[in-house]
Amino acid sequence: MRSYAFLPVVIFLVLAGFFGYRLLMIDKGDAPNFIPSAMIDKPAPDFDMPPLYDGKAGLKTADLQGKVTLINFFASWCVPCRAEHQLLSGLTGKGFVLAGVNYKDKPEDAKAWLDRLGNPYDLLVADRQGQTGIDFGVYGVPESYLIDKQGRIRFKQTGPFTPESIEKELMPRVAELNK
Amino acid sequence: MIPETGHYALILALFVAIVQAIVPLVGAARDDRPWMEVGRTAAFAQFLLIAIAFGALTWSYVTSDFSVVNVAQNSHTDKPLLYKITGVWGNHEGSMLLWVLILAAYGLALALFGRNLPPALRARALAVQAMISVGFLAFILFTSDPFARLDPAPLNGNGLNPLLQDPGLAFHPPFLYLGYVGFSMAFSFAIAALIEGRVDAAWARWVRPWTLAAWCFLTLGIAMGSWWAYYTLGWGGWWYWDPTENASFMPWLAGTALLHSAIVVEKRDTLKAWTILLAIFAFSLSLLGTFIVRSGVVTSVHSFAADPARGVFILALLVLVIGGSLMLFALRSPSLKAGGLFTPLSREGSLLLNNVLMSTACGTVLLGTLYPLFADALGLGKISVGPPFFNAVFIPLMVPMVATMALGPMMSWKRGDLMGALVRLRIAFVLTLVVGIACWLLDGGSVQALKAAGGFALAAWLLIGSIVEWAERVKLFKAPLVESLNRARHLPRAAYGMTITHLALAVVIIGITGSAVWTSEKIQVMRPGETVTLSGFDLTLNGVEDGIKGPNYTASRASFTARKNGEVVAQMSPEKRLYTMPPRPTTDAAIHTNFINDLYVVVGDPDGKGGYVTRLYHNTLVPWIFIGAVLMVFGGLVSLSDRRHRIGAPTRKTKAA
Repeated sequence: MRSYAFLPVVIFLVLAGFFGYRLLMIDKGDAPNFIPSAMIDKPAPDFDMPPLYDGKAGLKTADLQGKVTLINFFASWCVPCRAEHQLLSGLTGKGFVLAGVNYKDKPEDAKAWLDRLGNPYDLLVADRQGQTGIDFGVYGVPESYLIDKQGRIRFKQTGPFTPESIEKELMPRVAELNK
Repeated sequence: MIPETGHYALILALFVAIVQAIVPLVGAARDDRPWMEVGRTAAFAQFLLIAIAFGALTWSYVTSDFSVVNVAQNSHTDKPLLYKITGVWGNHEGSMLLWVLILAAYGLALALFGRNLPPALRARALAVQAMISVGFLAFILFTSDPFARLDPAPLNGNGLNPLLQDPGLAFHPPFLYLGYVGFSMAFSFAIAALIEGRVDAAWARWVRPWTLAAWCFLTLGIAMGSWWAYYTLGWGGWWYWDPTENASFMPWLAGTALLHSAIVVEKRDTLKAWTILLAIFAFSLSLLGTFIVRSGVVTSVHSFAADPARGVFILALLVLVIGGSLMLFALRSPSLKAGGLFTPLSREGSLLLNNVLMSTACGTVLLGTLYPLFADALGLGKISVGPPFFNAVFIPLMVPMVATMALGPMMSWKRGDLMGALVRLRIAFVLTLVVGIACWLLDGGSVQALKAAGGFALAAWLLIGSIVEWAERVKLFKAPLVESLNRARHLPRAAYGMTITHLALAVVIIGITGSAVWTSEKIQVMRPGETVTLSGFDLTLNGVEDGIKGPNYTASRASFTARKNGEVVAQMSPEKRLYTMPPRPTTDAAIHTNFINDLYVVVGDPDGKGGYVTRLYHNTLVPWIFIGAVLMVFGGLVSLSDRRHRIGAPTRKTKAA
């Protein structure tokens, strides 16, 4: 009889342990609605995207070798991309190539958008059909992939960057990969 | 100045609560009357101070004082006055303030109306109430200050989440909290009883009205939330098994079990430890619900901003309150003497079965809600648990429960006569079979139709069973009509309360079954002038008017004409609103009801070629779910007005001098 009486408190403490663990994980940035990417630490998929502006350089998988690259999928029709855009201009010359992929967009719309808001990208390519986006596993724009010098995906930002996520998530990883 | 006054009052309230938590407890241990009486005075003071704080915040909202961060973040000058006021609890800080205000109000009620309670029990219960209060006041003051100032003050605020600018949701939190926090009374009494080491019939009689009141509020709160989800989410559903909904449903299940087991303690002086445990559970689940919704440990469609720092604080509070009370239970409950014995086939037995099934149901809802969390922590991947799980486990538990609900009241205490009860229920039995078979045949006689037949048969069993039980009590058709009427008049209100709530559940079951099996829907693109036929109704889209100005939104309003056999039944105008501050779209479904069926029309986005996405539903018997819920609350209130609650329990012992 006596030992049964302890059952509720024991069950509750186990439950509290789980809650504590979960809170710890949230604190480390792993929210319950965080979607893990199957592509992390895998080589970037094969792609060969044409430049957005004729005559400029395109981007293909082999080009990723030897430098750290941040591939940012964006579109002129995407509202959060606009919010993210002003943060991207602060990212040029920070130790990685900032490659913009104009995703499922009309080139003239994209160009007008960039004329208006400025062009922070080192390199601009187009993925008009969204095929490369599918290979990368893009859910929606904006989405960004950090790729190391060996051409492997090391980090994925789902949704727009925030000043906080740039400082806490992106920049430490860039510094690590540039070592 | 006014916000500072509120802040100051809240700090004072914390100190008063600390005094109230300690002094009466010491007084009760020493049998010192003046020390015990401090609890009552402190409860008055605490309520007054928290009311001043709440008033100060409300004032800041009404006058749009944007130098207060909380007001700037959640209000706007364009907002209608009603939503300025309800905006007070439409955010984390303000809603926690409402929480402690209600807690203090219950404390005040205990101090005011608990005059005929044994002084030591009252002192201890007030002290336990104050302990909870200390925890939550500290939580507000240290992590969620509603009075923080902003300098410079912005010219205007960010506005309230448009989803909350709706009468259904605006008043949903106060009722929910009146329910959640109301269970703190049963909790405090349970802890006080554990400290005293004595639980008796009088104790159960004290606890029951508080629990019943809390249960009524919670039922109403849940029904309002469900009604809100029904008409604003625009998907025709009324319950989604979302963690936030489950968080309110679990205390309801535990509270319902507690209401029933308290009867056994009151009438038969047994099931004591179990009742105490349920009292602890009901309030613990209320706290757990608050934690789940606030901390962000579980993903939900409508959670508040997740903040791990607050989460850690609430978790610590949970461990103290729940862990502490369960530990006290583990140490003290074995000393509670068991009372009268009974056989499984008796009224106690059926109430116990009700308790076991209710608790199991509550446990499975808890498991389903938290399973994603367990799976994630144990490395089994990210998953979500949806309605299929809940429906699959919940319904099989409810079927035997409802079946016993008709039978239980027919059994006598201690040793019941199952065969006798079944014989007296033979009319119900026959009618149930008739209803079941009729439904099955009407619905086409297929395997699928068995679902409808089962649901309606179950409802019929409960409905007729409850009426038969009432008829038995008044000896309807067995005694002269005059005698029956006389008996009906003198039947205690508690008995009527039971009959009404049980009938109400039958009504809810009819509604649930109807909506589950007979609802039809059509989703399509419609152009103005087009007509879609749904369940015998011809719905014509007359046109869509854009740019209608509301106080703080612009709306597109569609106009539909519903016809049946060529005759106009209703003009319906669903809206799609875009609120200006903060910019966010909402849907406003148009519902035409005849109290049996709802015709439910939602207008969606334009397709860019002159057409609009429309969702049309014909929801069968859904109104009965809400009618049943209101009837259930009414039954609870009738029971609450019973004479024995008004005059209080007989004093079993002489009052301590």
